[in-house]
Amino acid sequence: MKFVDFVNRNAIRTNVEADTKEDVIRAMASSLLEAGKIAQDQYDGIVEAILKREELGSTGIGRGVAVPHTKHPSVHELIGAVAVSDEGVDFDSLDGEKVHLLFLLISPPDRPGDHLRALENISRQLRDDTFCRFLKQSKEPADVWQLLEEADNNQFGS
Amino acid sequence: MSSPAAQRVVVISDKDPLGLHIRPAEQFVRLAMKFPCEIEVVRESVRADGKSIMHMLTLGAEPGAQLRLEARGEEAEQALDALARFIENGFVLDQTEGQPPADAGGG
Repeated sequence: MKFVDFVNRNAIRTNVEADTKEDVIRAMASSLLEAGKIAQDQYDGIVEAILKREELGSTGIGRGVAVPHTKHPSVHELIGAVAVSDEGVDFDSLDGEKVHLLFLLISPPDRPGDHLRALENISRQLRDDTFCRFLKQSKEPADVWQLLEEADNNQFGS
Repeated sequence: MSSPAAQRVVVISDKDPLGLHIRPAEQFVRLAMKFPCEIEVVRESVRADGKSIMHMLTLGAEPGAQLRLEARGEEAEQALDALARFIENGFVLDQTEGQPPADAGGG
């Protein structure tokens, strides 16, 4: 699975100012709402489900990256949003590092494989230091999208 | 690094249909970090540091996937016992996890 298969181009935010887990998750869900990928009347339920999942254990995966997520019956394909925070967000990650790069995933309940493939892709690409650093330094959503496309085309080693 | 790696082959259980997603990866890493030895997990051509969640997710290990656990150094066998049990029990931690075994030959 590639980034362009699940990241919505209009749901990428840079210079995100939210500095708590809840606020950044709300901001990312809002970006999916504005992009028309989730319904207005599902917004609260989706945010609540993502926050509930965080209570089970942080989705921080190390190196300043987090992947908050949930399954939700209102979506029919895996959808993803991306956020970049300069200041960083405290995410209770195992390595103690603040999170600067977030991928938010919402998947249909009946497609468990897609979620795993997306995680595999995100983590495999981010193991490349250059790609990870460039993404965190992105100032515009268009820069993030370009980097994701380049990664999809194997322009970063891994 | 020069000592040979202790190894164990495990299969991801189908108790969790998602396979090795973030939660079990985090639990695996927490368990691995209790041991001083170096731990690596290999799936086909992909090799992951068993003490990094990000690395573990690169394995993309769905139910039925076969993984090779490798440990080098102090408490390598104990680490492999605990980690293999965690995987094979469907990502369920033992109560005693991380404590030194009473009988090293048991199991």
